[in-house]
Amino acid sequence: MKDEKLAIVTFLCNWCSYEGADKAGNARLNCPSNIRIIRVMCSGRIEPQFVIQAFIDGASGVLILGCHPGDCHYKKGNYKAIRRISLLKKMLRQFGIEQDRVRLDWVSASEGERFAKVANEMAETIEQLGPLPELKILN
Amino acid sequence: MPKPKVAFYWCASCGGCEEAIVDLNEDILKVVELVDIVFWPCAMDFKYDDVRKMKDNEITVAFINGAIRTDEQEEMANLLRKKAQIVVAFGSCSHLGGIPGLANFWDRETIFESSYGKGCPSVDNPDGIVPQTVSKVPEGELTLPAFHNTVKSLDQVIDVDYYIPGCAPPPYLTMKAIVAILSGELPEKGAILAPEKTLCDECSLNDSKPEKISIKEIKRISEVISDPEKCFLAEGVICMGPVTRSGCSEEGDGKCISANMPCRGCFGPPPEVKDVGGKMISALASIVGLEGEENMSEEDVEKLINQIVDPAGYFYRFSLPTSLLRRKRMSNPAKEDRYNG
Ligand code: SF4
Ligand code: SF4
Ligand code: SF4
Ligand code: FES
Repeated sequence: MKDEKLAIVTFLCNWCSYEGADKAGNARLNCPSNIRIIRVMCSGRIEPQFVIQAFIDGASGVLILGCHPGDCHYKKGNYKAIRRISLLKKMLRQFGIEQDRVRLDWVSASEGERFAKVANEMAETIEQLGPLPELKILN
Repeated sequence: MPKPKVAFYWCASCGGCEEAIVDLNEDILKVVELVDIVFWPCAMDFKYDDVRKMKDNEITVAFINGAIRTDEQEEMANLLRKKAQIVVAFGSCSHLGGIPGLANFWDRETIFESSYGKGCPSVDNPDGIVPQTVSKVPEGELTLPAFHNTVKSLDQVIDVDYYIPGCAPPPYLTMKAIVAILSGELPEKGAILAPEKTLCDECSLNDSKPEKISIKEIKRISEVISDPEKCFLAEGVICMGPVTRSGCSEEGDGKCISANMPCRGCFGPPPEVKDVGGKMISALASIVGLEGEENMSEEDVEKLINQIVDPAGYFYRFSLPTSLLRRKRMSNPAKEDRYNG
């Protein structure tokens, strides 16, 4: 199944992006079917280990959405997320995992359309990249 | 009563772990008094056949250092597993994959290319000859162990009972382990025979950390004259203390810290850390560019982060094969196996 192969694990912060996604849903905006939403309290809660684990468990991409800079419910969680994800992407590239498979972006509670746009863009990127090559531990 | 039998063996290793046994100094005499060393290729004249002839479980404990890189190592690990009641993974290479495990950023093809091919400027090899497992010569057949694509830790190949961490393990931990094994006071199977706290928890420089660390610049140790009284991380030098198990020195402070060098993580992660690299990114992201973070553009952040030149190599220096990602995904993972028949 194409969708299964291209699963995009999507972390949404509870206070902005999850609401944004909800708006998109209510407005019946067209959203990709291969996003798998996980609600977290804040984008700053996302440990690089979660992203790595998602890839190991078969995700083809990981999308992390939080409140716009300045609007984080916990004030500074999303600033930390910027630094974490930036370093993580650099490290993943060394493992042969394309940087574009991880995207950190901002969607506020009122931005249903923005959510749909970012999610569709991500789906397109992942479609182009294809599934993450299986990790083969070759002798 | 016959003395317990002990074996030492090395796989993909540098010899430092063998040295670490010799470093037991006078204590080694006590050990020799208590046990029969029945196999130790590095120091004594034994043949593989001597081991093959032993009964299963005849050896009380086998200490195996080094990572698994070739068929021969894998075969010997399996043989010792059969012949020994207890197998101890000795040292970082065996425990975590170690320095040889960094080869998992490449594969056999790329390694051979850089060692025997045009990638190596000091090699004159116009015919592109690379090691073969079998070569026919007029006298008959010559064989070499196959070289694997992926380096593995010992427990990725055989069942391991205990681990003694360190590159190389400190003699006091080795001695403690030997005493525990000989006296039958064994911890739970799978235990890492070292403390559980992080190196930072035990570090005397921990108190020198300001309440809030904010690093504006990341420096390599070669670029600074580090103050022996100050925490490396607080000075912008990456120290793996937050994600590394303590115990490399009996005194508490890390061995490297006492020598005014940052920790590079040879003891591996404490129990609560699932992935050293992931955790280290979290730790660094919390302090790098903290001050004025709200005014930093994404480009500013990138610039700052780019000062960490080789994050994967730095964070997984001793543990790539046992990291969550285990190895680099090669774009062309040994499609045609032209090196092994
Ligand atoms: S753990 Fe260190 S000392 Fe031991 S074999 Fe590996 S590199 Fe050498
Ligand atoms: S980061 Fe390094 S120097 Fe600082 S307290 Fe931890 S172990 Fe000590
Ligand atoms: S300070 Fe760190 S790298 Fe140095 S010996 Fe101890 S654990 Fe290993
Ligand atoms: S609460 Fe939304 S990013 Fe922190």
